[in-house]
Formats: sequence, structure tokens, C-alpha cells
Amino acid sequence: MRRFETATSPHLPPRDSVPALMRRVLYALAPGAALQAWHFGWGVVVQLLLAAALALAAEAAVLVLRRRPARRALADGSVLVTAALLALALPPYAPWWLTTVAVLSAVVLAKHLYGGLGYNPFNPAMVGYVVALIAFPRELTQWPAPHALAAPPGLDMALGLIFGGAQLPDALTAATPLDHVRTGLAMNRTLTELGAEPVMGRFGGKGWEWVAGGYLAGGLWLAWRRAIDWRIPSAFAAGLALPAMVAWGLDPDGHPSPLFHLLSGGAMLGAFFIATDPVTAATTPRGRLLYGAGAGLLTFLIRTFGGYPDGVAFAVLLMNMAAPTLDQLTRPRAFGEGR
Amino acid sequence: MSRWRDIAAEGLWRNNPGLVQLLGLCPLLAVTSSVVNGLGLGLATTATLVVSGLTVSAVRGLVRPEIRIPVFVLVIACTVTIIELLMSAWLHDLYKVLGIFIPLIVTNCAIMGRAEAFASRNPVPAAVLDGLMMGLGFTGVLVALGALRELAGHGTLLDHAELLLGPLGEGLRLEIIQGYRGFLVAVLPPGAFIGLGLLIALKNVIDTRRGRRSVAVPVHAHGHGSA
Repeated sequence: MRRFETATSPHLPPRDSVPALMRRVLYALAPGAALQAWHFGWGVVVQLLLAAALALAAEAAVLVLRRRPARRALADGSVLVTAALLALALPPYAPWWLTTVAVLSAVVLAKHLYGGLGYNPFNPAMVGYVVALIAFPRELTQWPAPHALAAPPGLDMALGLIFGGAQLPDALTAATPLDHVRTGLAMNRTLTELGAEPVMGRFGGKGWEWVAGGYLAGGLWLAWRRAIDWRIPSAFAAGLALPAMVAWGLDPDGHPSPLFHLLSGGAMLGAFFIATDPVTAATTPRGRLLYGAGAGLLTFLIRTFGGYPDGVAFAVLLMNMAAPTLDQLTRPRAFGEGR
Repeated sequence: MSRWRDIAAEGLWRNNPGLVQLLGLCPLLAVTSSVVNGLGLGLATTATLVVSGLTVSAVRGLVRPEIRIPVFVLVIACTVTIIELLMSAWLHDLYKVLGIFIPLIVTNCAIMGRAEAFASRNPVPAAVLDGLMMGLGFTGVLVALGALRELAGHGTLLDHAELLLGPLGEGLRLEIIQGYRGFLVAVLPPGAFIGLGLLIALKNVIDTRRGRRSVAVPVHAHGHGSA
């Protein structure tokens, strides 16, 4: 084998390989996923396993069809991250066919039709989620009540709900905090009233705020290990919290607090795990700040004025579209290059 | 003889307005939520293409080149108005479903494109055949996309065929998938874009496969490309 001359120092150590990075993301998801499973029951675990199995099968099938080496792509873990994000975003007791449609849309439509890992302009997990959200709006609202309100279904009940076509009994469902606040405000009730109801916790929804805290912890670890750029989640949080703070400051009974915004719905999962996808996010430092801030701001706008209770998925997809332009506009100046 | 076959192949496949020229995308994407809607608009567009092709070709010696585009627009607008009134009279229910997209056939650039690129430079019989083939090619894409979206979205085919065929179409509704829950995305606008993308990909796959099988096919270089 020919040896190449090695340049003199300083050397930059290679950044993480794809499998190492994806493994880290999966570890970082663990605390949030565990808290989600504690608060919402076995369905979360079943969905994670189901989505992972489907995603691996779909990835393998597409790779065989495309005559690509399947083993390496399956082992890099990127499809597992997609599956995990999707499973955590979908309601835990969604029927199996819904998860199947979402996973196939993510892996086949959003990832491989565009050329596979590294070529997809849109975050696959969010494409899968949005397809499910647009196609099955009713099923996507069927969230169970958190542990603090009702004991979540056991394993056998979870299997019956997901695979047997059973319906989640009304006593075990509860509006998500974002839904609750949205419908409450639409009925001209004040947030002081709404906050006193059992669904609401100290900052966000009961249970939900803990899950968000789990994702926050995992995400901070990822940022500390430099697996993700701190700029995107920080800018996302700022883009979501600043307008929320203005609205809340002006009318505290008509607009939920910035903390509520940050700790509800998909904000934390989106900020640390979804918006930071290295393939679909902007890549320049300033571009990443703008990208994150744009996603946060769009989330706030969709939650406040849009037709859907949560807007993280749409916001991320819209900013995915803007990422190439942001990269081009914010290209860093090379040393010595004129203005 | 091969010239006629050539015109047919251009319109139906090689230079298909929906799959290759990508003209008239607005109606193509907007009305194809079902087979019947697609077929209805496709036939109306075909009729417009034939009549406008015939007229434009017939007057091509009289019209000065400086004013040809306004004249073509007038010809097309007249044709579409006539077809709109006819549909309102005889296919009123379908007319109501297709709504604004019938008058909008005027703005379908496939029609203007054929008038400018083909009908104004060729004799009447060729222009009529070109209009017919382009129209049928466009209709084929509308029907295929409509079928894809209706099947994925509702699990049926040819629903509401009575809008187009009157009492004849009453029993034509095919329920392909029994007890289907519906897949709303396919019927909504995103489904149109995804479906059209898949159809174009399918055409390219077929062309590539064919090209591989018979490498020696002569490449036709035609002056009348997309507008």
C-alpha cells in the first residue's frame, strides 16, 4: 500500500464517525425516552421497538433494491435515530399501521428517494411525523394521560391498543398541555384558570415537563460532548422564548409563559435532537444561529396563530428548506479574502 | 406514415406535456384528486388542444408574426369559453366540481406552447393530430395521477363517474380496498406533488430500461421542444 506524506502539525483529530455520532445521539435520547415511558406507559417502549424494526427492514429493502451495500448502512445507526425520534414524537398508543406509514414515509420517501443518508434535504423523522399528522389528524391527538393523573396502560393493554385495534379508553386519555391551553384560550378562559386544572404542572403540563427535562439533559450532554453545535438549540430556544416573553409580558392571561412554551410539545426534543440533524441543518456558524432562531420563531408562530397545536415539525421542515440559502448567505470569509 | 406515428409518440410519451414538458402543472396538480376529475379536465383540455390547433393552423398564413401571440390567445380563449358553456350545459355537476379550472385551461401553457411550437408551423391535419395526441398524453397523466391519489386516498376508483357519464356511470364505482380508512395526504396537495414525482420517476425508469435494451435507437432531434 502506498503511504502518503503526513503534513506537519497542528493536526485536527477526526470528528466522530457516523456510527459513533449516532450512538451518542441514541444514548442522549435515553433519559427523555425513559421518562416518557415512565409517564405514558409501555406504549412508548413498544413504539420504539416497532419503529426500529420497521425502519431497519425498510432501510435494508431499499438498499437491496438500490444495489447498495446494506450491512454498513444498517450498522451506522442513522436509521435507528430516525426511528427513535419518530417513535417518541408519535402518540404512544398509536395503532401499528400509523407507525408503519410514518416510518415508511421517513425512510423510503424522505431519505432514500432523495439519495440516502447525507443527501436528504428534509429531516426524515419529521417528514414521517408530518405525513402521519396530515393523514391521520384524529389519531395524532390520542395522547394518554400522564402517570400523575391515571396509571398508564400495562404491557398487555399496550399491545392490544397498538396491534389489536382497541381504542384508548376515555378515562386514560388527556389533552396535551398545548391542546388544553389552545382550546381553553379559544373558549375565552384565562391562563390562571387553565393553570389550576389537573393537566397542568408547575411549568408545562404534568409529566410533560419532566419528559422535556429529560431531553434537555440529554441534549446538554450532546452539546457538551460537541456532538451537536450549541448554536442551534440555543437559537431555537431564544427564537421560541423571546416572542413568547413579549406576548406573555403584554398579556399574561392570554399567552402562556416562555417556560411553558419551552417545556411543552416537541420543543426540547426538536431543539436538541431534530433541528440539529447534521444533514438537514445549516452548516455555517451564523447560518446555524439563524436556522435555529427561525425554527424557534416559526414554532411560536404556528402554536400561536396556526391550525395545529404544535409546530416544531413544520418549523423544522420549513427551515430545512431555507438551510442551503442560509449557508450561502452566511459563508464565512476566508482569511485574507476581501469583503 | 412515420411522420404521423412520430407526432403520436411525441404527444403520448416522448414529449408528454405532463411528464416531460411539465406544462400545465397547476390544473394537473390541483384537480387530480380522483380519476373522474382528472379524466373530465383531461378531455376538456384535449378538445381545446384539437380545436385551437386546427384554428391556429388554418389561419397561420393570415396572421402576421408580430401579432401572432395575441391572436393565439384569442383563439384559445374562444375555444375554452365554448367548451366551458358546453360543459355547463351537459355536464353541469362535473362543471361545478372542476370549477375555476375549466376557464383556467386558457392559461394552460401546454396549449399556448403547442399553438406556438407546432400548430402555427404545420398544416392542419398534422396540427389536429398533434393537438389530439398531446391532449391524450396529458389526459393519460391526469388519469394516472387521479387513479393513484384516489386509490391511496380513498381506496376507490371511478367514484362519482356519474358526473361524467350520467346515469351510465352510476355503478362504475370500484371499491378496491374494502373498509379502507383513507389516507388523507394523498388527496391533499402534498399527495399531488409526491404522486407526480413518482410518475415522472417511473417514466424515466422505463426509458432507461428501454434504452439499455436497444442502444441503437436513433435519437430524434425535433425542433419543437418544450415552450
